[in-house]
Amino acid sequence: MKAKLFAAAALAALFAAGPAAAEKTKIDFWFGNSGDIAKRVQEQCDRFNQSQADYEVVCTSQGSYDASLQNTIAAFRAGKQPTIAQVSDAGTLDIMLSGAFYPANKLMADNGIDVDWNDYFSGIRAYYATSKGEMYSFPFNSSTALLYWNKDAYGKIGKDHAPATWEEAAADFKALKEAGYACPLGFNISRDEMWQYEEQFLAVHGEPIATKNNGFGGLDAELIFNKGKWVQFVKDLKGWYDAGYAVIKSKDTGQTFVEAFAAGDCQTILTSVGDHGNIGRTAKEGMNWGVAMLPVYEGTARKSSFVGGASLWVLSGKSDAEYKAAAAFFQFIAKPEEALTWSTVTGYIPVRNSGYEYLVKNGFYDKAPYQGRELAIKSLTASPADGTTPGGIRLGGLLQIRQEISNGMQAIFVNNADIQASLDEAAARGNQILRRFEETYAGKELP
Amino acid sequence: MNRPPDGPARRLTGPEAHERRITELEKRVTFSSTTIGLLFALPMLALIFVFFYWPSGQALFWAFTLEQPWGGGNRFVGFRNFIQLLEDPVYWGSIARSLVFGLSSTVLAMGVALLLALFTDRELRGSRLYRTVFVWPYAIAAPALGLAFRFILAPEAGLLSLINHAWPGLWNPALDGKDAMIAVIVAFSWKYVGYNFIFFLSALQGIPRAQIEAAAMDGAGPLRRMRDIQLPLLTPTLFFLLVINITESFQDSFGIVDIMTQGGPARATELMVYKIYFDGFKGLDYSGAAAQSIILMLLVIMLTVLQFRFIERRVHYK
Repeated sequence: MKAKLFAAAALAALFAAGPAAAEKTKIDFWFGNSGDIAKRVQEQCDRFNQSQADYEVVCTSQGSYDASLQNTIAAFRAGKQPTIAQVSDAGTLDIMLSGAFYPANKLMADNGIDVDWNDYFSGIRAYYATSKGEMYSFPFNSSTALLYWNKDAYGKIGKDHAPATWEEAAADFKALKEAGYACPLGFNISRDEMWQYEEQFLAVHGEPIATKNNGFGGLDAELIFNKGKWVQFVKDLKGWYDAGYAVIKSKDTGQTFVEAFAAGDCQTILTSVGDHGNIGRTAKEGMNWGVAMLPVYEGTARKSSFVGGASLWVLSGKSDAEYKAAAAFFQFIAKPEEALTWSTVTGYIPVRNSGYEYLVKNGFYDKAPYQGRELAIKSLTASPADGTTPGGIRLGGLLQIRQEISNGMQAIFVNNADIQASLDEAAARGNQILRRFEETYAGKELP
Repeated sequence: MNRPPDGPARRLTGPEAHERRITELEKRVTFSSTTIGLLFALPMLALIFVFFYWPSGQALFWAFTLEQPWGGGNRFVGFRNFIQLLEDPVYWGSIARSLVFGLSSTVLAMGVALLLALFTDRELRGSRLYRTVFVWPYAIAAPALGLAFRFILAPEAGLLSLINHAWPGLWNPALDGKDAMIAVIVAFSWKYVGYNFIFFLSALQGIPRAQIEAAAMDGAGPLRRMRDIQLPLLTPTLFFLLVINITESFQDSFGIVDIMTQGGPARATELMVYKIYFDGFKGLDYSGAAAQSIILMLLVIMLTVLQFRFIERRVHYK
């Protein structure tokens, strides 16, 4: 006991003696990634802490995007919020309307740090910016959807490239099935997959999900995904499913579609570029596979896909010193060297042109395990961000809307419900969510 | 006995003195004022207030407003949240599913537990082991339980995939709503079997051996003894567990549903409590979730009142 007391006293003396250590500004950063990505975020924090002596960022994983947002809100309401919080695409509008944050552009300007906001990829900037083009948050982990294909299997049917159109894909699926492959396309229709199968599909076809420029133009937007090319796609997908060309693979069936692809059981999947590293590590020995941009229907001019992932918000109610620390952290992670490390250890893409160019210069995309990831950038920048097509989705209750669409899809695929009627119902229920959201924020102007 | 002699008690001896002392003691514990009693109750009351009435009051308030999740303010909307819910056929569907889930899992969890308790009480081989082992499931957290059952029940890779080898397509909770419902009911019941088992076993062991032995001497076999002696004497426990099981099945199931099915496929396992969890915690619709909790609370109260009104009459307390 005495020894312990003595040690504690010595430790206290040590801290008192080192004024440099005592003056360090500590800030909290809460994020939602878990597993390997959480470790990578932690490493980035450690690099920042070691790079300078004035600030210390304490990074804490909250387990998932939902949990992180929930915990951040609870902490904010109790006045104990972290300085930096990660908010996913689905939670963006809520925080934007809350006024609970310190706008990113203002933070950097107030702290005298010059940021070239135009350095961000236009598609990424468009997704997170306000309708006036101001950046309130920092795009962080960013991805987009790609088509993954098994080169060996496609070789057996005489193909040396991935399908670029859905018509071509349909023929390939049929040929693969006839060649004896049990699962030409592995897919799932839970809430999480609405991102690649619905939102990204509409994005690359340049079709709207909702009126008012996908909600950027006002809170009174209405869902219209049930009126365009997507209906045809759902019909085609259901046709492939019924014919056995497309197979549902999920945790519930025992193997997710990503696992099924890596194991060589499914020959094609649609998923995030964020899975590129994971598939590379887990793919069956000797399997040849590649990625391609999402197919479009014939006669469609390809548009940019949407960015997925999350951005970092600085919350209000903190001291100037803490904001200064946050600004230093953002300046640090914007470095091209950080972008290279980040993209190497995760599947995420660089968010800035300068970072991308640095990666190209270092030959990153020529190295075997990372080859193909440049297609994500190509997909995100397929068309100029000139405002002719929506640059993102700005809808309230987006997570619940995805759930409604997923419920509609499940009714179609599992219960053989009428396709148009189910999608109409999903849109109508989604609109109810939008109206509730609009009323909750009545009187607030969409920034 | 070692009490130091003091006051009038000293002069008295024997049983008379003993009685006198007791009356004195009883007099001493009667307080004229209620203040001190209230003071003793205060910590408990404070706890109940902070952890029960305060949040319930908050939920009740939110249920009549549209609350901004980040705390930016709210609007009073009267009964609109409730009207919106009650006009929605999908919501009524989730009420119906919750009732099916609650009744089925209660019957299953109590039935299996009773059977196991009866066997254990008869001290069949290995009953000492069961007695300890059966309680464990109750200590397992819902997410871990859900994960385990998801693996066991997966149609392609799980233990039950053997069924599909024999009869292809017979079992598929991922694509068949009925199978999914069965899966969550089984997983939930499995957890409560252990809990119920403990209560049944202790109630069974509280039944006087003499009665059972007398019945046995009169020629009643084990089944007859169960029906005529053990079960009637178990009714207070049966009733208690019925109330608890139904209440818990309405409130404690969201973790299992979240891990195993996320309410799917096609809403087949979307229970009331899962919808509250999803709308509130994931969808950030605090007011909608609050209104749903109030409805759920009223439903559970109603069910409990009904049970007390109609079933308790048939309970024989000793």
